[in-house]
Amino acid sequence: MKDALGRPQSILAVGATSDIARAVLAQLADAGTSRMVLAARDRDRLADVEADLRKRGVSDLRAISFDAMDVSSHAGMVAGAFNGGDIDVVLVAFGVLGDQLSDEHDPVAAAAVMQVNATAAVSVGVACADALAGQGHGVLVALSSVAGERARRSNFIYGASKAGMDAFYQGLSASMADRGVDVVVVRPGFVHTRMTAGLKPPPLSTDADAVADAVVRAIGGGSATVWVPKPLRLVMAVLRHLPTPVFRRLPL
Amino acid sequence: MTRRSLTGWGRTSPTSADIVPAADASVVEDALGRAGRRGVLARGLGRAYGDAAQNAGGTVLSVTAQGASITIDQHGVASVSAATTIDDLIRAALPQGWFVPVTPGTRQVTIGGAVAADIHGKNHHVDGSFMSHVRSLSLITPTGARRLSSPDPLFWATAGGMGLTGVVLSAEVALTPVTTSRMAVDTERTADLEETLTVMSDGDDRFRYSVCWIDCLSRGAHLGRSIVTRGDHAGVEALAPDAAEDPLAFAPRRPLPAPPWAPSGLLNVATITAFNEAWYRRAPRRERGAIQSIGQFFHPLDGIEGWNRAYGRRGFLQWQILIPFGSEETLRRIIERLASARCPSFVGVLKRFGPGNDGHLSFPGPGWTLALDMPVGPAALAPLLDELDDAVVSTGGRIYLAKDSRLRPELVEAMYPRLAEWRQIRSAADPQGVMNSDLARRLRLLDPQGAPPPAQPGSEPAGAGAGLNTLRL
Repeated sequence: MKDALGRPQSILAVGATSDIARAVLAQLADAGTSRMVLAARDRDRLADVEADLRKRGVSDLRAISFDAMDVSSHAGMVAGAFNGGDIDVVLVAFGVLGDQLSDEHDPVAAAAVMQVNATAAVSVGVACADALAGQGHGVLVALSSVAGERARRSNFIYGASKAGMDAFYQGLSASMADRGVDVVVVRPGFVHTRMTAGLKPPPLSTDADAVADAVVRAIGGGSATVWVPKPLRLVMAVLRHLPTPVFRRLPL
Repeated sequence: MTRRSLTGWGRTSPTSADIVPAADASVVEDALGRAGRRGVLARGLGRAYGDAAQNAGGTVLSVTAQGASITIDQHGVASVSAATTIDDLIRAALPQGWFVPVTPGTRQVTIGGAVAADIHGKNHHVDGSFMSHVRSLSLITPTGARRLSSPDPLFWATAGGMGLTGVVLSAEVALTPVTTSRMAVDTERTADLEETLTVMSDGDDRFRYSVCWIDCLSRGAHLGRSIVTRGDHAGVEALAPDAAEDPLAFAPRRPLPAPPWAPSGLLNVATITAFNEAWYRRAPRRERGAIQSIGQFFHPLDGIEGWNRAYGRRGFLQWQILIPFGSEETLRRIIERLASARCPSFVGVLKRFGPGNDGHLSFPGPGWTLALDMPVGPAALAPLLDELDDAVVSTGGRIYLAKDSRLRPELVEAMYPRLAEWRQIRSAADPQGVMNSDLARRLRLLDPQGAPPPAQPGSEPAGAGAGLNTLRL
């Protein structure tokens, strides 16, 4: 159960080896979260994360395999994760960036970005929402992106996938509001992580620790939509309303 | 049956449950018989500060649907329904010359809640806690209805058992004889903690009721300055002639409603320091035999309805601890730490307890109890209270479960050394683990491992375990 000061006792991280998930898990471990279920595809990285969290004093750690592309396995993965007792927080943190320029000419690769970031996020979200509503409490945090706010020339395949999952979790948030479950959509800007290594950071770029701060605060309670850093909310509101001819001329 | 979000009085950690109005025993028995894997819990007026009266995903029996029912015999033993409130009971008993044996700081608690938390009042040092005055109670457990009295182990497991042994339906409570509805009250303002402790240690035994309001924000020379108020029921001779005509009159003012909304952060260190200063200055330095009404003396918080909303959206918590006699140095260090941490805390309550009773999880015991209301918000609050919990445990003290909303589960067994014994008695009455609550889940009260109770047939979610592939790392 989450306590009065917003500290959860347990978490399921789907995509637990992402840099942002790792930062969130580390912060929660330091604050006393004692039970963690880590779901990810890459076993070696998962072992790394597990070792780190064990060092931070997490007593009850369980690693389960998760393949975003295998949608039919998601319900079982989630049911298994909830089998060991209540899950106070679910963090949906998996995703791929794709390679925009080559994906534009590769239908299978382009569709794969959608499958991981949007389709799998929806299937995991549906399964988790049911489990959380059944236990009558919990927070579901979905890592979206500002890229979903308005499609841009430079990353619109990734942006389209994030737009899809973002819309889904916003709606889920509304549908869960009276069932004891809080759904929080987190929209970071450019985050310095393994996923974005080698890309040129735009202004207002941030890092995984800053996103983790925002996620941990959101778990404590508050807004259903979180921007990291906060000024991005305003920046994106302006960008969203720019006339198309102007928007296209921007180096985005 | 409706699904609704519930919180405790502190308005933190909402969770959702199916609310079932439980007007009589048959509804309770039916609910216990058909319980799903999230279990069942009774709820009264929701005055527990934390998550004690919540049962996320399960069933919450609203026992207030039962209504008040009070019969008082010639010896002053009241037979009351669990839904009867302390307010109902005082209103019914006073005209007949009786008073409740124990009253907390509000009249708005049910008898069921009074049993489940084994509540205490200002007379604990003389009269003990609520369950010491309960002659018998009727409890519906998942294994059947019981009529219980002391020394039945289940009676004492129910005393302070936080509703986890079953659903209390009714109780027989021995009342206290009084000749008036007024209190004769002595007030003393103390300059610091040393004086506060001395005044209470030396003089408490001369009074049936004793409590002290302590300012936990003042520092240095004023650390622990307090207002000690003590008294007893006034005799008719102490009343003014017009009051003496109707010595048992009881007509508390209708409470003023609190504003429906207040911003979080309205109650901060600055505003609360100012309030505490005013509260201290307002009290007489020394006063003897002042006549007060029952409401004034016992229930200052009942003056404003819904005052808990003043803390804003984020809510607040109460931290109430017991520090055994002999550990006054730790008590002083705790109060020093609270004052220096600058986490806002309203005028707190300090009181000397008498001996405890046989309740396995009953809170009071010989020592000092300190209770503080603190708004949720400052990031420093969580580590501060964790640190102070450790200090409490080091003295053999404990936290009051009816107030708790944030204790770490690993400290519960040290605070309640009879927890293992309680678990055995409890699970004999409820082997399937039907009774449950958010408090029980958070603090792992039912089971040290924190494993979920055995699932009942037909209630397992579809597909559990299917496709699960646990990695061996």
